[in-house]
Amino acid sequence: MGAELKNYLHEQHHFKVRLGVAALIVFGLFALLAFRFSYLQLKQYNHYQTLAENNRISLVPIIPNRGLILDKNGVILAHNFFAYTLEITPAKVKNVEETIADISKLVEVSSLDRKRFKKFREQSHSFESVPIRTHLNEIEAARFAVNHYRFPGVEIKSRLFRHYPLGKLGSHMVGYIGRINDKDLKNLEASGDLSNYKGSDHIGKSGLEQYYEKQLHGTTGFQQVEIDADGHAVRVLSSTPPIPGDNIILAADSKLQEIAETAFGAHRGALVAINPKTGEVLSYVSQPTFDPNLFVDGIDSENWKALNESLDKPLINRPLRGVYPPGSTFKPFVAMAGLEAGKRAPPYSIHDPGFFTLPGKSHRYRDWKPSGHGTVDIQKAITISCDTFFYGLAMEMGIDNLTSFVRHFGFGRKSGIDIDNVNGKSENGGLLPTPEWKQRRFKQPWYPGETVIVGIGQGYTLVTPLQLAQATAILANNGVAMKPRLVSHIEDAESGKKQMLPPVIQDRIELNPSNIEIVKRGMIDVTLPGGTAASVGANAGYSIAAKTGTAQVIGIKQNEKYNESAINERHLDHALFIAYAPAEDPTIALAVIVENGRHGGSTAGPIARKVMDYYLLGKVPAVVVAKDTKALTGNTAVTTTTPEEELHD
Amino acid sequence: MISKLLQLLFKHIDAFLMACLFFALLTSLFVLYSASGQSLERVYAQAVNMGVALSVLWVVANISPQKLERVAFALYVLGVLLLIAVALFGSISHGARRWLNIGFTQIQPSELMRIAMPMMLAWYFASREGKPSSVNFIIAGLLLAVPVALIMKQPDLGTALLIASSGFYVLFLAGLSWKFLLGATVSLMGLMPIFWSMLHDYQRKRIEILFDPTQDPLGAGYHTIQAIIAIGSGGATGKGWLNGTQTQLDFLPERTTDFIFAVFSEEFGFLGNMLLLSLFTVIIIRGLMIASQAQSTFSRLLAGAITLNFFSYAFVNMGMVSGILPVVGVPLPLISYGGTSMLTLCLGFGILMSIHTHKNLVAN
Repeated sequence: MGAELKNYLHEQHHFKVRLGVAALIVFGLFALLAFRFSYLQLKQYNHYQTLAENNRISLVPIIPNRGLILDKNGVILAHNFFAYTLEITPAKVKNVEETIADISKLVEVSSLDRKRFKKFREQSHSFESVPIRTHLNEIEAARFAVNHYRFPGVEIKSRLFRHYPLGKLGSHMVGYIGRINDKDLKNLEASGDLSNYKGSDHIGKSGLEQYYEKQLHGTTGFQQVEIDADGHAVRVLSSTPPIPGDNIILAADSKLQEIAETAFGAHRGALVAINPKTGEVLSYVSQPTFDPNLFVDGIDSENWKALNESLDKPLINRPLRGVYPPGSTFKPFVAMAGLEAGKRAPPYSIHDPGFFTLPGKSHRYRDWKPSGHGTVDIQKAITISCDTFFYGLAMEMGIDNLTSFVRHFGFGRKSGIDIDNVNGKSENGGLLPTPEWKQRRFKQPWYPGETVIVGIGQGYTLVTPLQLAQATAILANNGVAMKPRLVSHIEDAESGKKQMLPPVIQDRIELNPSNIEIVKRGMIDVTLPGGTAASVGANAGYSIAAKTGTAQVIGIKQNEKYNESAINERHLDHALFIAYAPAEDPTIALAVIVENGRHGGSTAGPIARKVMDYYLLGKVPAVVVAKDTKALTGNTAVTTTTPEEELHD
Repeated sequence: MISKLLQLLFKHIDAFLMACLFFALLTSLFVLYSASGQSLERVYAQAVNMGVALSVLWVVANISPQKLERVAFALYVLGVLLLIAVALFGSISHGARRWLNIGFTQIQPSELMRIAMPMMLAWYFASREGKPSSVNFIIAGLLLAVPVALIMKQPDLGTALLIASSGFYVLFLAGLSWKFLLGATVSLMGLMPIFWSMLHDYQRKRIEILFDPTQDPLGAGYHTIQAIIAIGSGGATGKGWLNGTQTQLDFLPERTTDFIFAVFSEEFGFLGNMLLLSLFTVIIIRGLMIASQAQSTFSRLLAGAITLNFFSYAFVNMGMVSGILPVVGVPLPLISYGGTSMLTLCLGFGILMSIHTHKNLVAN
């Protein structure tokens, strides 16, 4: 063998060894790959399968139609309509400001729209779409659609909008919805309802819209959609239809509501009318009102400022949150307390000199009639609203006995009506003062004189119009307290099946029928000639039991005389009026408060009369008829002119 | 007559290797059809690419290794000059200067280096008599370093590393000492931090994300995450051809080119992956056999380097798509869409066939 060949074979051998090593490395690394594949595809298969499915399948919520709010006759108070909105998803847009500027060349974008967009954007995540324009008309929608390709991340959406066709009418009762904010989200999370709000961006904020949110909202449906990497739906895999929200039907009649609101004219105040037998609220007025449509898409700061800073306080839900001294409307309940305690039963009577003094004291608690009423028994005391009589009665009963008795009529506690949220505030329970309360509140002892004035509904005593109406209803219903509620029944939007809300007996006050008879008799006489509201009962055609009242807005010093003309209009006394009718078999009980209306009989009484006339006789006042013929055109200012007999209480 | 013509035509074609290649290319067309969203246009284009590449393969297979040996040096010099031209006049795309405009078309000179580098080094060692000395290895190392540095500068880290490895295979097969290899490995480890500091930000990012793709799930990590989901969700037998959701619904990026393996994996599963790995292994074994039977030093070294280079591409691509290697922008050989890499690849296989079918002539 030659050296060359030997060398060649040697080299060949070395090369083969090297090739062998290389082959081993190749096998080793391929084995590593095989191991990696087995890990990913066999061991972790379920994990990656899930990830792939999550990539591919998107759950798209289908928002249910919100239930309608209707009056007892089917008149729509709240409904939905479809409209186009233009929405931006900030996360998908490079420069939001520029995009908005470009959009505004195609469709009008007002500064209001921009402000609203800014506000909503701050409240939402960047991957959620935020409306820049709502209610696009067909032309605007078409114009944008043509240019859509230029605006990635901007979408035209067809959405359901809430609308309150009657506007201001009954708005404190109906309430409104608004965009879901962080606080709402937290509440939804706490109640476990968050998943049902996927896709929903509005929620009831106030009034019935808030109270019946659960029923009105409905159940969100879902579509399982296969999507591509850009999020475009490729095909629908499965679908669960939404269940629309239930319609809620009120006991109130929008016509009655209109009559009641119109009757207030330019006055501020409240009216609550209740069917004493069922607790159904027939009318719920808070004047002035506001247009709930302003709130649906987020109220702008100008409108908000106007509403919030108005001296008339249109946003205050007066029946629920307004507290007033009940004044003389408190007297029938004090009388009831006295009779049930075995005091002042006829024929007991007093001689009224025009004032009351505590034994051993010189301070005179004056009657509204300086000369006094002469001989007065308990029934007459109600009819003529004799202060002196009730001063003495209250004094004799003592504050604890008095308040614990009238509490049964709903004073000093929440009524439990189906509205409990008004701009984040709940029902006001009013105030029935007691010595303990005073000690707690003012760190002061209770003085006997404070008991005296509670007898005529003054002092610390505070009631809401709703409480006053409820107390009147309880009295009218002979002591059986029905829970007040605005909604009479709930209707399944799909099947139309109605679910009546059964009347709920809240309390049953054991009252002696003869005592009830005495008080009621006194109240019936109020609307008869000689009573403090004789004009209200005149030519009614049905009998009315009533009581007038006046609540002082500012205190009058001991030796001062109340001089109406010298007092600022807003410092004038509030006028109160409670009534029920027909007196023999009442179907309506109501309370009216006219702020700064001075005399219950002359300003509040006629409003009550109009409401009862319509409710009992179907009478429509001339101004409302005239307004109706002009058809829903804004608010016609109507002033109640009642130059009737000079009435006092 | 016809059989004679056929014999003449396929005289220099290795039937076994060719059968393997055909099988792989056919697979490529099917996977491409799925990956491109059922685009026959893409499939035709790739078929044309294959036609061109296979023609080149046939031509090269008919050129004897001796002739190849003669042009090795010139090819290398041309490659280096073109790389210098790229550095000076190349056009920039995606922040890298990789392409050179030569009037009618654009070329990527680094692709040429994939073949020219092992040829040059094989030629260099073949021209030395006897056992190569350390000096030879140092000179070979310099020959290797120049183009690699130029490509790294472009910057194209992936290609630079693969070309470096193709040259390294020649050194290794030529008998680079084990001591040196051990020393080099240790010192490479030591040089890691310096190397790290030289990397571009995006390259560092890629490596960082390799170790934790979730760092940037919607950005640089997105590719890897979606590819791994595609592979993993393929399971044992795959979702079936045209049924890969990751693929068909656009979740996979670059799925006709660098990430085509994820498409294959998703639709054909673990079973498909094993078959593909086996096919690649068979091709590699065949290449190594050709190398071991080669009769000249040049042929041996070149055949070995070309085969191992094929392995590098396959391993790096599958490794990066399955998330064990950084994303370096390397296509899957024989499967990914693209004309240039197909051409280079077939050029290599042509050389392998040439080496295999010309050996008896040499012996004679």
